[in-house]
Amino acid sequence: MMRAETVPATPTRERPEAPVTRPGRIGESTTRADGVPKVTGEFEYSSDLSMDGMLWGATLRSPHPHANIWSVDTSEAEAMPGVFAVLTHEDVPGRKVYGMEIPDQPVLAWERIRYGGEPVAVVAADHPETARLALEKISVEYEVLDPLTDAQEAMKEDAPKLHLSGNVLRHVRIDHGNVAKASAEADVVVTGEYEVGMQDQAFLGPESGLAVPDGEGGVDLYISTQWLHVDRDQVAESLGLPPEMVRLTLSGVGGAFGGREDLSMQVHACLLALHTERPVKMVYNREESFYGHVHRHPAKMSYEHGATKSGELVYVKARFVLDGGAYASSSMAVCLNAATFACGPYKVPNAEVESYLAYTNNPPCGAMRGFGAVQACFGHESQMDKLAEALGMDPVELRVKNAIEPGDRFPFGQEVPPPAPVVEILERVKAMPMPEEKEVMGRDLRELPGGVSNTTHGEGVRRGVGYAVSFKNIGFSAGFDDYSTARVILSIEDGEPLVRVHTAAAEVGQGLVTLQAQIARTELGVERVAVLQADTRVGSAGSTSASRQSYVTGGAVKKACEAVRERLFERVREELGEDSGDLSVENGDVVSGGEVVLPLSEVLDEEIEETVEYRHKPTYPPDENGQGDVHVQFAFSAHRAVVEVDVELGLVRVVELATAQDVGKAMNPQALEGQIEGGVAQGLGLALLEEIQIKDGRIQNASFTDYLLPTTLDMPSVKMDILELADPEAPYGLKGVGEPPTISSTPAIVAALRDATGRELPRVPVKPEQIVGIAKKPPDAPPQPGSAGYAELGRLDERREQ
Amino acid sequence: MRLRLEVNGERREVDGVWEGESLLYVLRERLGLPGSKNACEQGECGSCSVYMDGILVCSCLVLAGQAEGREVVTVEGIAGGDELHPVQEAFVEAGAVQCGFCTPGFVVATHDLLRREPEPTDAEIREALAGNLCRCTGYEKILDAVRLAAQRTG
Repeated sequence: MMRAETVPATPTRERPEAPVTRPGRIGESTTRADGVPKVTGEFEYSSDLSMDGMLWGATLRSPHPHANIWSVDTSEAEAMPGVFAVLTHEDVPGRKVYGMEIPDQPVLAWERIRYGGEPVAVVAADHPETARLALEKISVEYEVLDPLTDAQEAMKEDAPKLHLSGNVLRHVRIDHGNVAKASAEADVVVTGEYEVGMQDQAFLGPESGLAVPDGEGGVDLYISTQWLHVDRDQVAESLGLPPEMVRLTLSGVGGAFGGREDLSMQVHACLLALHTERPVKMVYNREESFYGHVHRHPAKMSYEHGATKSGELVYVKARFVLDGGAYASSSMAVCLNAATFACGPYKVPNAEVESYLAYTNNPPCGAMRGFGAVQACFGHESQMDKLAEALGMDPVELRVKNAIEPGDRFPFGQEVPPPAPVVEILERVKAMPMPEEKEVMGRDLRELPGGVSNTTHGEGVRRGVGYAVSFKNIGFSAGFDDYSTARVILSIEDGEPLVRVHTAAAEVGQGLVTLQAQIARTELGVERVAVLQADTRVGSAGSTSASRQSYVTGGAVKKACEAVRERLFERVREELGEDSGDLSVENGDVVSGGEVVLPLSEVLDEEIEETVEYRHKPTYPPDENGQGDVHVQFAFSAHRAVVEVDVELGLVRVVELATAQDVGKAMNPQALEGQIEGGVAQGLGLALLEEIQIKDGRIQNASFTDYLLPTTLDMPSVKMDILELADPEAPYGLKGVGEPPTISSTPAIVAALRDATGRELPRVPVKPEQIVGIAKKPPDAPPQPGSAGYAELGRLDERREQ
Repeated sequence: MRLRLEVNGERREVDGVWEGESLLYVLRERLGLPGSKNACEQGECGSCSVYMDGILVCSCLVLAGQAEGREVVTVEGIAGGDELHPVQEAFVEAGAVQCGFCTPGFVVATHDLLRREPEPTDAEIREALAGNLCRCTGYEKILDAVRLAAQRTG
């Protein structure tokens, strides 16, 4: 470690001023307050930050997925001109590990490497290239070990232990009814083995931030994250500082989708800033981003469904093995989620579910949009289609017949709260008009699988249709104290009333800033609203995860506005007497009985400020049989996919996706549609394109060249039917909307592919070779002349002789 | 090295540029124009799209030295004043912006498309924007924005 010359003045950053907007009320489509700076390029993302005297941080990562570290020599790197600090685990003054659920992940590795890409050392230098060159000068002596890369293998007794606690991170068992007895009663039984690959969040804005030392031993961090306070607490713990000496401000966030729940460069940048006493910026490039955040858990799932001849489900048996990778992240919760959603939104009188989560030497997995429900849904929906086929029933009819209803119990024991419109969304999505089916031959190439690659002119193109339905918990579950804090200030600024809303809730693109403004506008009847930059100066808002912010932070803003309004009306009553009737605020005036009684400017000499916390009703962890009131709210969605497949080349064109989703209340219809369309696109990605390919613990495709994301040419239009069935427990009756679109879109697309090809397709993403039926492994015997199907032509040498 | 170029109509001179820097790095870190984005830095996502001598390029794939003496227009120069360009306006109105990280690239690419083809069909829009990745919107609202902008400028 080297210490730099102290820069004379303590650097400080000016906070961008919160724009004053005139939002619509709730229920109206309101354009984003940050829309204009985002289209002009002025919006400041965490990778755009810059300060005088700023240094660049860079991270040395292990090339090996499993290794012992015998020594780290930083001397040559430290001696390089332009290098200001080279830090290892020895320089972490506080807790050397972090983690949201279990602190098992080293800030900087010591002794042992558990995944390829694990951080070992960090550097601060005056140019990013100098920092990168310095990384090459750090010499690490590794003893390379065999990686443990299969979750099933990792769970075996004799597998080498990756953590002291063993390799099984969690096992959830749900025991409901009597499966042993029920299995004798089923007329029809279908089994299946399914697999989901490792998907990446692939947010476009890379992990990045700027740490600024305050000159008094503390630090300010400008960061893109999903939860400021959980970052703050973990950073403070590792820096060995009290939380108040670590202040976080949300910087512009370029997407998240779960991938910013865990720490990435937060502690590293702060360590470097405190050591060098200079502002330090860290920005991952795309390759590093693949190593810098957790991914969706790959899953292997075994299912057995039993039903009566008339199609009533009798029992479900499911066994999941989820690969958690090297560290815990949020795997505990994902394991429970997967188990609770294993049977789908169906009446299942008997169920036996086992969900295992194992440590391996693969990249750590954690939160991604859908959080355990995505994997489960691919399994249960594939099974429902298989069962429908075995019964000779229409797949939608089978789902409708078994659809769960309010008052039923889920296999995990919780009563289904109203509304639970499974039948309605299925029927609606089925009733939507089908897309026109143009004659395949002679079409514009751009409307065929393969597009302008000119792979088919319509030969071998088959159409298929598939359906799927899903449910997902909204908000944090299983006894977590899930709350949000909102601070609302009502004042007169520039002669006009203004509401300022301040929370620590992370806007990651979903439109929460607009929603908060709409709520304030609606509750306080004031046209001008400014949503302040989220930071840790106000209490925690909880995570921008689990589709929870509209509900929980929305609820907090509503409650804070109500508290402000109450104080305002107290002032009015003091002024006008207790009998001033039912008061309300409209267009900046206090109104009673339809008459303006006072302009706000006359009661707001002094501003009114209230800070409140909002909690949804409590949840409880499951008991040893996996039973309990585990979740708070359930959101339901159904999808229909229409695909066209070139069955000779395995190329796919998704013609249309249709969806019906219950949202409780459409707070901002345009933003809501955008959430649904974007979520569906990620489901399409998982169905057809997206997988982090791992070989011997190493990522093979850490780039956007090789990790394929849907483009404008892959993603069709989405038809949607939005239901607004109010949840009586939720603010405005709303339900979270972010995740459901991602969940059932994947199995609907695969069902459509099965319909078009007749193939089983038990794994996502579905690759062209599976669509055309090329075997996974090369044949045991080498190809012989004629074995490729050209026998009738005769051997080439024989033909030559003729 | 010293680099001279024209950016958004202004002559700019930068000293101390390392030869390995990209045009994107120079714009973002040396010229105070972070609007062009650094999402993949390998020419796959289009977030760093700018015009160089009137041609749409990924500025991450242009070496700084290749921009010597050239005219560069970035997202910051699209509007050419305090008013938004109709393409920018359409992106805000149509709800085509969520996290917004891809937005500058889409704005520049759409500007280029409408300059070449004022009334594009849907198939032409999809093809023209296939080099720009968006992870939030599923593209539908972006297509709406392009149609809206075409309608207003065509």
